[in-house]
Amino acid sequence: MLVESIMTENVVTLTQSMSVQDALDISKAHRVRHMPVVRDGYLVGLVSDRDLRDAKPSTLESCDDQLLRETLVDKIMVKDVHTCHRLDFVEDAAAQMHRHRIGCLPVVSQGRLVGIISERDILHTLVEMMGVNAPTSRVEIEVPDRPGMLADIADLLRARRMNTSTVMVFPSPVAGCKRIVFRVRTMDPRRFLQDIENAGYTVIHHPCASSQGEV
Amino acid sequence: MRHAEDKVAFVYSDAFTRYKFTEDHPFNPKRLEMTLDLIHTLRLLDGVPLIEPVPATMEQLLAVHDSRYLDAVQRASLPDADPDSYAPWGLGTEDTPIFPGMHDASALVAGGTVQAAELVMSGKADHAINLAGGLHHAHRAQASGFCVYNDIAVAIAHVKKKYAGARIAYIDTDAHHGDGVQWMFYEDPDVLTISFHETGKYLYPGTGEITERGEGRGYGYSLNVPLEAFTEDESWMESLTAILEPVLDAFAPDLIIHQNGCDAHRYDPLTHLCATTRIYREMPRLTHRLAHKLCGGRYVAVGGGGYDIWRVVPRAWTMLWAEMLGRPLPEALPPEWIARWQGDAPDPLPTQFVDPPNLFEPIPRRAEIEEKNQITVRRVLNGTPFL
Ligand SMILES: [Zn+2]
Ligand SMILES: [Zn+2]
Repeated sequence: MLVESIMTENVVTLTQSMSVQDALDISKAHRVRHMPVVRDGYLVGLVSDRDLRDAKPSTLESCDDQLLRETLVDKIMVKDVHTCHRLDFVEDAAAQMHRHRIGCLPVVSQGRLVGIISERDILHTLVEMMGVNAPTSRVEIEVPDRPGMLADIADLLRARRMNTSTVMVFPSPVAGCKRIVFRVRTMDPRRFLQDIENAGYTVIHHPCASSQGEV
Repeated sequence: MRHAEDKVAFVYSDAFTRYKFTEDHPFNPKRLEMTLDLIHTLRLLDGVPLIEPVPATMEQLLAVHDSRYLDAVQRASLPDADPDSYAPWGLGTEDTPIFPGMHDASALVAGGTVQAAELVMSGKADHAINLAGGLHHAHRAQASGFCVYNDIAVAIAHVKKKYAGARIAYIDTDAHHGDGVQWMFYEDPDVLTISFHETGKYLYPGTGEITERGEGRGYGYSLNVPLEAFTEDESWMESLTAILEPVLDAFAPDLIIHQNGCDAHRYDPLTHLCATTRIYREMPRLTHRLAHKLCGGRYVAVGGGGYDIWRVVPRAWTMLWAEMLGRPLPEALPPEWIARWQGDAPDPLPTQFVDPPNLFEPIPRRAEIEEKNQITVRRVLNGTPFL
């Protein structure tokens, strides 16, 4: 999945000559936490709600409203901005945000701002990927960590004419194994579960497969 | 509770059993025959008008279903239809295979629920039941979880159209999330959907999170109470009572529709809840009482899931009907009924309506499960804006 398919294209932006007060107003009105700063469409900086809070005098000196109106965005913005490209993979963008502990990535193409992705967009994508946008039952299977396992299980699904809406592969706490999680489009996975066990694999955590109440 | 003056109606046709996929499919209409036989044996239909259903019209179905989907179902109902060409509609799968006459059978079930609702709303009956109804998984343009047409949604849409301004409370106590009905009225503040179900962590359809609360003007009018696997009677009933009383009081419905899927029983092969038939006596008691308290007794009951067709469904739905009728039941099942069906049944049939308290071993993690369910209930109530 590419960044362009999840990014927000109508970005709320600032210009360098705006005051911090303007930026605060815009942030509040649009309920956004990150605002790229642009000049002629080119990205020149980024202001976050944290930068704004830091610029704001504490309530004790509230007479300093003047200061907010006089300080320019240019002075408080971050100039060295992490960005991504619209054709980047979502997982790479997510890794970049996680590594640098940042809450958003402006999407830049040939220097021009074309969109933005936030933590929220990434989470939303994750929720969709893990999957319950289609009615499904969840089946988790432990398999040896060697080639062909996924194909083996997929064969069982095909034989049962069962459709899968998502597949995820996780590391297993058991050495030499991995776990495959399927969301299968059936209300009655019993025969599929039996097929898996007959094929010599272990169904994990499924309430049916564990003794009562000891999940 | 007994209300001797209540007028009740029982919607039924032998043709309901044509809603049948394959011989070994878990959704088996034999459960309707067995239930009817039990009800007859107990003489619970003496003097009760048996209402012959008429199929839902195209116009009624179109109020909640996509016209292309209705078209696909009709084509899939022909004897020479090819199952492989209907997958995008959720048909021809292992869950919802196609079968000749599928459209007619499904439209009749939907028509039955429309009639039940119409009888109640027009005042011809106080309570009405359609045990073939309750197909809560059907979506606007997709069959799902053994459900082709969403009879409940069709009936709700009918009521909304004919009785402008009516507020409808839909209570779903099937073990699975009542997703189809929820999504069809997700933005509608006049249709309150409340679904109690086993959490979707493993169980179909996977939805029914607390956070699904409706959208736009309908925000707050979808309630979901996902309960833990292995939940037992007490925790199940405690959750129901804690939610239904205050929520329905505040909503003030004009009609209560209760979906009575009985697949939360310990014997049910498709789910992982651990209820006994005790809850199938207590739940209708609660919703029936609320209908009298809040909406002049206007109360419609439909069936739903229930896959232990031998040991659970006939008892559960007979208790439901006896409650609507206000007639006490004997403790024991009639021996002649047991004798008639025991030969076909794979397990010994129970002899009492209410399972004895020590029928099952207690669940090892009962305390934790109860606590988790209590937290869930609290979160549901706290996030309901109109309370
Ligand atoms: Zn009554
Ligand atoms: Zn169910």
